[in-house]
Amino acid sequence: MSEAEQIKIDLRGVSKSFGKVCVLDNLDLSVPKGKSLVVIGGSGTGKSVMIKCILGLLAPDAGSILIDGQESVGRNPNVRIEFMKKFGMLFQGAALFDSLKIWENVAFGLVHGHGMDKKEAREIAIQKIMAVGLKVDVANLYPAELSGGMQKRVGLARAVAASPEIIFFDEPTTGLDPIMADVINDLIVEQVQGLGATALSITHDMGSVRKIADYVAMIYNGRIIWKGTVDELDHSGNEYVEQFIHGRADGPITRRLV
Amino acid sequence: MTTQATDNTQERASRNPLDFLLDFFASIGGGILGFLAATGRLADFTGRSVKHCFTPPFFPSQLLRQLIDIGYYSLPVVGMTTLFTGMVLALQSYTGFARFNAEGAIAGVVVLSVTRELAPVLAGLMVAGRVGAAIAAEIATMRVTEQIDALRTLSVNPFKYLIAPRLIAATLMLPLLVFVGDIIGIFGGYIVSVYSLGFSPEGFLTQAWDVMEYMDVMSGILKAAAFGFIVAIMGCYHGFNSARGAQGVGAATTNAVVSSSILILIFNYLLTQIFFS
Repeated sequence: MSEAEQIKIDLRGVSKSFGKVCVLDNLDLSVPKGKSLVVIGGSGTGKSVMIKCILGLLAPDAGSILIDGQESVGRNPNVRIEFMKKFGMLFQGAALFDSLKIWENVAFGLVHGHGMDKKEAREIAIQKIMAVGLKVDVANLYPAELSGGMQKRVGLARAVAASPEIIFFDEPTTGLDPIMADVINDLIVEQVQGLGATALSITHDMGSVRKIADYVAMIYNGRIIWKGTVDELDHSGNEYVEQFIHGRADGPITRRLV
Repeated sequence: MTTQATDNTQERASRNPLDFLLDFFASIGGGILGFLAATGRLADFTGRSVKHCFTPPFFPSQLLRQLIDIGYYSLPVVGMTTLFTGMVLALQSYTGFARFNAEGAIAGVVVLSVTRELAPVLAGLMVAGRVGAAIAAEIATMRVTEQIDALRTLSVNPFKYLIAPRLIAATLMLPLLVFVGDIIGIFGGYIVSVYSLGFSPEGFLTQAWDVMEYMDVMSGILKAAAFGFIVAIMGCYHGFNSARGAQGVGAATTNAVVSSSILILIFNYLLTQIFFS
C-alpha cells in the first residue's frame, strides 16, 4: 500500500476473546479508500469476528477501529446506527428477511435506515435487482422461492442499494457452483467499482481472491501474518500463504493443527 | 485408561470429607450465581425492550402485523378453551354443589371463576404455547441465519423492529382476547346450565349479572395484560439469545414456552394477592 493512499478502515491492536479462546490477537490491518482488500485464512482463524468487530456487531476487548479516521469502538448505539449508513454487507448465507418480498429486502435499508419514501425505494430496488442480473418478476417473490445463487445476487443488491462507502463480503461464493461463483465475483467487481466503494472481503476461494482483490492479507491465529497486492500473492515468500493458496495438506498450518 | 481410572479412585478416596462438603456448597453457589446472572440478563433485556417501545422510530406496519398474528389468529384457540372451560365448570359445579343443595350458585361460580381466573390464566397459557413459541422460533431462526445482524447493518435497531412491536401487540391483545374469552366462557356455562341442567335462561343471566362486579372483569383484564407482556418478553428473550443450529432454535422455543407458563402461574398468584387481599 503506498503512503499516498488515504486509509478508509484502520484496525490497530484489535483483540477479541470468547472465554479463554483468543480469536483476534492484537490484530493490525488497514484498507485504503476505494480499494478492495481480501482477507484469506482457514476456518476459525477469526475472519468473521474481525468483520463483525468493524461493523460493531461484536465489541473488541481491546484496540482501536478507525473509519475515515474516526473511532468506531465504544460508540453510543444511536450514533452507531448513523455510522452504519456508511456500510453495506453481503452475508455468507445472504441473510434475506424471510417474511419480506425480494424488492422489500433490497429496499429495506433505504426505507427504514435512510427514511426514503417507499415508492422511490421500490424503484431503486428494482434497478438494483436488474443490475445483479435478475428479472423484474423476481422482485415480488419471497427469498424461499429463490435458489442459493439468486439469493446471493439479491444479498448483493441489498448490500449496494444505499450506495455505501464501504462494503463487506463474507464468503461471497461459498456454496455456489464455479460458474455462479464467477458470476458473483464479476458482479462484486462491477458494483464496487461502479460505486467507487472500499471493499473488505473474507473468503477461502482463491478464484474469488484473484478476481476481486487489489490487496490480500492472510490471517492466522488471530493476527495478520502477511499482506500485499494480489500480484505479490504467488511469490509472497511466506510458507503459510504458500500452503494456503495451493491448498496443500502438508505445511506449517497442518503441523500447528496436529 | 485403567491407570487413569485407578488414579481417580485413589484421589477420591484420599480426599478429606470436608472437600466433598465444599464441593456440594460450591455447586449450590454456582447454581445460585447462574440464576442471578440469568435474572440480571433478563432484567436488562426487559428494560431495553420497554425503552424501545416508547422511543422512535416506530414500525407501525410491524405492529399491525403482530396485532393480527397475536390477537386475531389466537381468537379460535382462546375461544375454544374458554367455551369448554365454562361448560365443564357448570357441569362440575352442578354435580358438586348438589351435595350441599347449592345448585343455584352455578351462574355465580361460572362468572367469578371465568372472569377472575380461568379466562386470563388459560388464555395466557394457550397464547404462551401458540404465540410465545412462534416468537421464539422466528427470532431464533433470524439469529441463526444472521438476519438480526443484517438488520443492524441496514441501520435498523432489532429491538425497535422485532421486539417492541411484539411486546406492544401481546400486551394489548391478550386483554381483548380475555374479554372475548370471558363472554364465550360464560356463554359455555349458560349453554350447559340451560340446555343440559334445566336452568331458566332468565335465572342464569340475572344471577350472573347480579354476582359480577367491575373488579372481577377488570382484574382478569389486567392480569391478561401482564401475561401478554410475559409471553412476548420470554419469547423474544429466548429467541434473541438462541444458540446456533437447529438444536438452539428448538431449545429457545421450549425455554420460551416453559418459562412463560411458569411465570404466568407465579404472577397470577401475586396479582390475585394484590387485587383481592
